[in-house]
Amino acid sequence: MSHVLVIYTDDEPGVLTRVAMLFRRRGFNIHSLTVGPTERVHVSRMTVVVDTDEATARRAVEHLRKLVNVLEVQQLGHGRNVVRDLALLRVSTAQGRSEVLQLVQVFRANVVDIADDSVVIECTGSLGKIEALVDSLRPFGILELGRTGAVAMARGLRSEATNRLAAAAVVAPGSTGTMSV
Amino acid sequence: MDRTGAQIIWECLLREGVETVFGYPGGAILPTYDAMTEYPIRHVLVRHEQSAVHMADGFARASGRTGVVVATSGPGATNLVTGLATAMLDSIPLVAITGQVGSGLLGTDAFQEVDITGITLPITKHNYLVTRAEDIAPAIREAFAVASSGRPGPVLVDITKDAQQGRATLDWEGAAPTRHLRHIPPSPSQVDLDRALVMINAAKRPVILAGHGIQLSGARAEVLALAELAQIPFAETLLGLGAVPASHVLSLGMMGMHGESWVNQAIQEADLLIALGMRFDDRVTGRLKEYAPNALKIHVDIDASEINKLVPVDVPLGGDLKQVLQALLPSVKAADHTPWLERIRSWRGDSAVRDIKNLPDDGHLYAAHVMHDLWKITKGEAVVVTDVGQHQMWEAQYYHHDGERSLITSGGAGTMGFALPAAIGAKLARPEAEIWVVAGDGGFQMTFAELMTAVQEGVKVNIAIINNGYLGMVRQWQALFYEGRYAATPILSPDFVKLAGAFGIHGERVEKRSDLEAAVARARQQPGTALIEFKVEQEDAVYPMVAAGAALHDMIRRPSPSPIAETGADPV
Repeated sequence: MSHVLVIYTDDEPGVLTRVAMLFRRRGFNIHSLTVGPTERVHVSRMTVVVDTDEATARRAVEHLRKLVNVLEVQQLGHGRNVVRDLALLRVSTAQGRSEVLQLVQVFRANVVDIADDSVVIECTGSLGKIEALVDSLRPFGILELGRTGAVAMARGLRSEATNRLAAAAVVAPGSTGTMSV
Repeated sequence: MDRTGAQIIWECLLREGVETVFGYPGGAILPTYDAMTEYPIRHVLVRHEQSAVHMADGFARASGRTGVVVATSGPGATNLVTGLATAMLDSIPLVAITGQVGSGLLGTDAFQEVDITGITLPITKHNYLVTRAEDIAPAIREAFAVASSGRPGPVLVDITKDAQQGRATLDWEGAAPTRHLRHIPPSPSQVDLDRALVMINAAKRPVILAGHGIQLSGARAEVLALAELAQIPFAETLLGLGAVPASHVLSLGMMGMHGESWVNQAIQEADLLIALGMRFDDRVTGRLKEYAPNALKIHVDIDASEINKLVPVDVPLGGDLKQVLQALLPSVKAADHTPWLERIRSWRGDSAVRDIKNLPDDGHLYAAHVMHDLWKITKGEAVVVTDVGQHQMWEAQYYHHDGERSLITSGGAGTMGFALPAAIGAKLARPEAEIWVVAGDGGFQMTFAELMTAVQEGVKVNIAIINNGYLGMVRQWQALFYEGRYAATPILSPDFVKLAGAFGIHGERVEKRSDLEAAVARARQQPGTALIEFKVEQEDAVYPMVAAGAALHDMIRRPSPSPIAETGADPV
């Protein structure tokens, strides 16, 4: 079963290593991991999808909460989230471009590059939607596929975790990014 | 820009209350050593950096204060690894400061450059690579805060040579740490506290599992209050020995692989386990599926990731043990568990006849005799620092620790070579204490170069080498589980008495139990470090024993030569 964890961390060199090392060390299986900036300076946000049971996911959260660089960890409940993945696909048009373009329309994806015998398609959506698009395009010949991994956010009001994060407002010492690994 | 980075390091250590550091100089840490002479901090020069960490570790365990290590880059830093892992697994607060090559050379495989922050990532609570003088104070202050807060542990601060040489203004207040407060220990919900109380007040066969967390939290009084009020017997983990007094009427003794049979039996038959600051290590649970099958389980731990890790618990009480117990105690009802206590006592009576110290003195010197007699002679008041192996288990079984911080031993990591350096650190932390090293002939040979450190520093520790000519615990496993094939376990030793002479310390050998008392008395009277080699029975084994992976009640018992012992009904 996959579980979505949202982790707020200091934006410092080496933090990704610490998080990744923790998952490796404790044997938690990462399905995808994305990282990027947030609405706050010096704070990064990771979305980690782990394939594991509920108890292990909860243990992963408790382990993450022990990392000095981690500000907050949120385990998203099932069904109440927006989960988005972005895929870029280079698809052969040797069997006819128009059929490929039709599928692109059906999936509300975009063509972002056209070459003589292939197109590059960009698609954003839930993990299921992207997998469906990939399956549909496979018969035409997928020459290259790149995916970002999931970025997720809870639906509805600002989450408790984000509130706690804002309330805590703990500023990292030496947040110049040169101090810590 | 009034100080060099090196001066800031010492200034910070001084302000953190550090009086003693353990270390070894080298190229990349040289600016820091150069500045050291300006500060009233004692530096203990070790013979190997691994020992420096063990000394700082022994210092921390003996005193409760944070131990400090200084080493250079490259091999100096990598030599710390075993010591840091030892401290990590046993939750010991340490700060290790290492020199690093100049920041311009980082990543170039420069001379003595090793990625020590990368290497120590999983064996430290946190670590830092500092490349600028102005970042030193915030890193060191935070390192001390992280090391000693919550569940303690080691922290490493790697400081480049140019950061030590560069200049900065020390802004002590501005460097005040805050990030360690991000993960303030949880506190249990009232609902969970109430559920725990219902279970405690209803239990008929409760057992407290007393762990190292009692020591770390300073919760001895609260644990004893709970035990006495509700008449709950307590069993100790290896690191829980001394956290609660062994002579207490409710103390059962050590649990687990080499725990006494009545202790494990009590756990297996309990209807409620109250786990206090312990983590259900495989050495204390045996086979998890059959662990305490009839018991409800309450688990108090400051580290929430320990709860439900191996043993599913009925009530998780995440938080500081002392505070959790203070919240529980007013609602705990006085109870009388006489039938339960009587039952445990009857199991105990059966085991006592197999107890090695009751064996006739047939001229053989048994390690258990040494421990028992040492306990008697020192009135149980010494701080004993053990190495790892059979002697460690015999110590745990036969030296009864009443005092807090009176047993110092590498539990989680089981690091051989730990005892002598840790004992030197312990003595420096508590000069008034009588310190005994108990080490095997194998482990002692790993770090005995530190005898010279003890001499150079004028430190007095008493050393009991339990020499059976084997790596005894491994030999025991070979005898029991590998059909007696003693692969690589027979070990030769130097003449330890002559060795003592070479180091300029008192040394003697004891081969008969009747010579033990006088030899121990002579060692204690020596003004300096003294060594006694005890030549013990070569193929003795530690009993009882739960084989790795066996159920906790499935114990291998000492084969008894006494016909009396065999007539009693054996409940195990």
